[in-house]
Amino acid sequence: MRSVVDRTAAIRQDDILLFCTARNENVRLPFFLKYYRDLGINHFLFVDNDSSDGSVDYLAEQPDVSVWTTNGSYKRSRFGMDWINHLLRRHGCNHWCLIVDPDEFFVYPFCDTRPLSALADWLDASAIRSFSAMLLDMYPKGPIGATVYQRGENPFEIADWFDSGNYTLRRNPAYHDLWIQGGPRARAFFSEAPEKAPALNKIPLVKWSRRYVYLSSTHCLLPRGLNMVYEEWGGEKASGALLHAKFLHTFADKAKEELARRQHYAGSMEYRAYIRKGPETSDLWCRCSERYINWRQLEILGLMSKGNWA
Amino acid sequence: MTFGVVMLVHTAFDRAEQVARHWTRGGCPVVIHIDNNVARDDADALHTALSADPLVRFSKRHRCEWGTWSLVEATISASELMLTEFPQADHVFLASGACIPLRPVAELRDYLAERPHVDFIESATTADVPWIVGGLSDERFTLFFPFSWKRQRFLFDRFVDFQRKLGVRRRIPEGLVPHMGSQWWCLTRSTLAAILNDPKRNRYERYFHGVWIPDESYFQTLTRLYSTRIESRSLTLSKFDFQGKPHVFYDDHLQLLRRSDCFVARKIWPQATRLYQTFLGTGGVPAGRSEPNPGKIDRIFSRAVERRLRGRPGLIMQSRKPRHGFEHGITAKPYSVFQGFSELFEDFEDWLSRTTGARVHGHIFAPDRVHFAEGQRMMNGALSDSAALRDYDAQQFLTSLIWNTRGERQCFQYGPEDTQDIVEMMARDPNAQVSIISGAWAVPLFKSGSTFAQLRRTAARLQKIEARQLEILRASWANARVRIWSMAEFIEAPMEPLQTIIDEMGGTGQRHLSEAPHMVDLSGFGQFLQQLKNQGMHPYLMGDFPMESTDQIYAPPARKPYLVR
Repeated sequence: MRSVVDRTAAIRQDDILLFCTARNENVRLPFFLKYYRDLGINHFLFVDNDSSDGSVDYLAEQPDVSVWTTNGSYKRSRFGMDWINHLLRRHGCNHWCLIVDPDEFFVYPFCDTRPLSALADWLDASAIRSFSAMLLDMYPKGPIGATVYQRGENPFEIADWFDSGNYTLRRNPAYHDLWIQGGPRARAFFSEAPEKAPALNKIPLVKWSRRYVYLSSTHCLLPRGLNMVYEEWGGEKASGALLHAKFLHTFADKAKEELARRQHYAGSMEYRAYIRKGPETSDLWCRCSERYINWRQLEILGLMSKGNWA
Repeated sequence: MTFGVVMLVHTAFDRAEQVARHWTRGGCPVVIHIDNNVARDDADALHTALSADPLVRFSKRHRCEWGTWSLVEATISASELMLTEFPQADHVFLASGACIPLRPVAELRDYLAERPHVDFIESATTADVPWIVGGLSDERFTLFFPFSWKRQRFLFDRFVDFQRKLGVRRRIPEGLVPHMGSQWWCLTRSTLAAILNDPKRNRYERYFHGVWIPDESYFQTLTRLYSTRIESRSLTLSKFDFQGKPHVFYDDHLQLLRRSDCFVARKIWPQATRLYQTFLGTGGVPAGRSEPNPGKIDRIFSRAVERRLRGRPGLIMQSRKPRHGFEHGITAKPYSVFQGFSELFEDFEDWLSRTTGARVHGHIFAPDRVHFAEGQRMMNGALSDSAALRDYDAQQFLTSLIWNTRGERQCFQYGPEDTQDIVEMMARDPNAQVSIISGAWAVPLFKSGSTFAQLRRTAARLQKIEARQLEILRASWANARVRIWSMAEFIEAPMEPLQTIIDEMGGTGQRHLSEAPHMVDLSGFGQFLQQLKNQGMHPYLMGDFPMESTDQIYAPPARKPYLVR
């Protein structure tokens, strides 16, 4: 991993940091940066995995971004987590850190009226160290890729539908994390093999300490106490959601590319299922899909919770 | 004449400065205590910013730690300074740097002027306080607390346990009755002076030095000795959550705070710019002579605590995954399960949905796929009809279905052929209304016309499964509303049980069933059972059917609607 631009000296004591691994995501970056700047991210730390679409140059121009680049294998670095863990340890300690992919958009209770620092202050006061946000797959009505996503555009103007109530959760006794599966990918691509459906549980917001480490993607952390983001005695802890803008026209292109590289999780199962189903006909939308409005809607549907934050 | 404000400040100094200026602009003297933990630069900056103001003084600094005597010490120093420096202060109002006055200063001054001898301090005996967090109530006053709760939690807890075991009890000074309440008070000059000039003050201070969280009890207890009139409430709106930490107000609480008519609120998030602008910029929101009315805010915060501690019944999600027995509602709403009905009646599902208006599904746990109502392939919440997806976690499939369709009664058919993983959960669930005609699974076998050699096996398997079901549903721990009839019992008078079930489902008033579902033709069923017996299988769950070759009694009564009075 080689530093391209290192502006980390500008990080101040209370700054909230965002860590992200990207590969050829240039088309998404402008909206991504805008979204998170508006939310109150103070500094972005990107690992670029061998992009060839000018992402690095674009990121290097941004005043609040530090960029590293690597041509190492995404798979062998445990899906980028080795790189991110390294950066977290070097720059993240004692900061609230948000670790997301370029297609994940963090939503939390009151995010339309309170900046991320309000959430961070509240979590600090409540002695909470990690905050969960399940991955919510968003998809368009009609075939994926029928509308081409334009640079800078809000992806949720195209992919604004989601599944509201078809998730299964189980507790993993080894690390105490909740294993969440379901959503459109499970019903469209894994309806005969639900155990292979991708995991949707994520813990993307953590007050980082040098003792912490992500195990696999942002699903699971050590020490295990950080994974206890759910209440077991009947109540609800506060939680958010990561809106997943995966199913844009870029998905079809990526499916072909990833299949050739065979780098993605579960041996590219979902890309294979997608291609087998036929990209032209694949419509994740159904009569029972829910159209996204705001976080309050997700709260009412029971996908996230305010907990005791009022 | 006016009132003085004692401000305890330890963070957000620019906001504290802003609020102090607001008070002095309104003519109120302010004494500020800055926590000695605060960096010298920050303290000096606040000093410099306010020193030119003739109505501001800074009191002797103490190093403050939550839960300890230092906070009372700081309050006492500042109050003493207030009483000597500002003779015009008739009342002294204790506030923090994170407090914000909501109404104009003049309104509070008038309010206090009309009540010159009233002390506003929440003060209740320990026996009567429900809000104590952490389990220490009486023991705050009778144990020793040499260890810091924040820094030495382990020692703190162990030492409390140790003293409990030993039966340690500190002696409470004579004449004192421990009282507790919100630390934010507003006392009259005379009461405060009496407390500070008490000849036994040293004795009391030594005692309270060892009390746990004395800032919630020192003044609350001593006021009881001197006050002529106590209003046991705080003029500061301050809500605490279940961990005992104050709720914070943000910009989106603006309208709530405006309408609360409270004088002062805490705690305000330092970056809540709109709140500071609204309440300080324009000099507060006038509310005339109305009394504080925090009811709506109370409700919002108590709902939040309720959400955190009990959650929404029947919801399983990323931050709520209750353990077995701690669900506070296994499912969200009542639902009805029918076993054997669609086997015994030809048109049971249509009939039920016509009669009740509920959503009536077929066998949603069938082995081939989920048979949703009206043959739909997809249900609310995008629940798929794939049997594999459903069986991946059948219990959560059911809780999801009930959660997704809140507001509409769900009914479904069930049977021994279906996925059995949900029986135990249904039995525990008070929302489940389970009606079973035992042995009715034999009817489709009877109608199938297959050979007895094949049927025998299936019949034995189904009977075994159903027997196991019945055992679970009849268990002493079962909470579901379970009704079980043997088939023979049921067909004797089918309308009565149907009426009972429908009535219990509730809905629109008491209705008599005017139309019965059509029972299948059972002639020859007795003989069918006998033949099973002859094959060596013993069908018993359906009850006793006499073996008559042509028995009219089990034939459908008539192919026309049938009235029950």
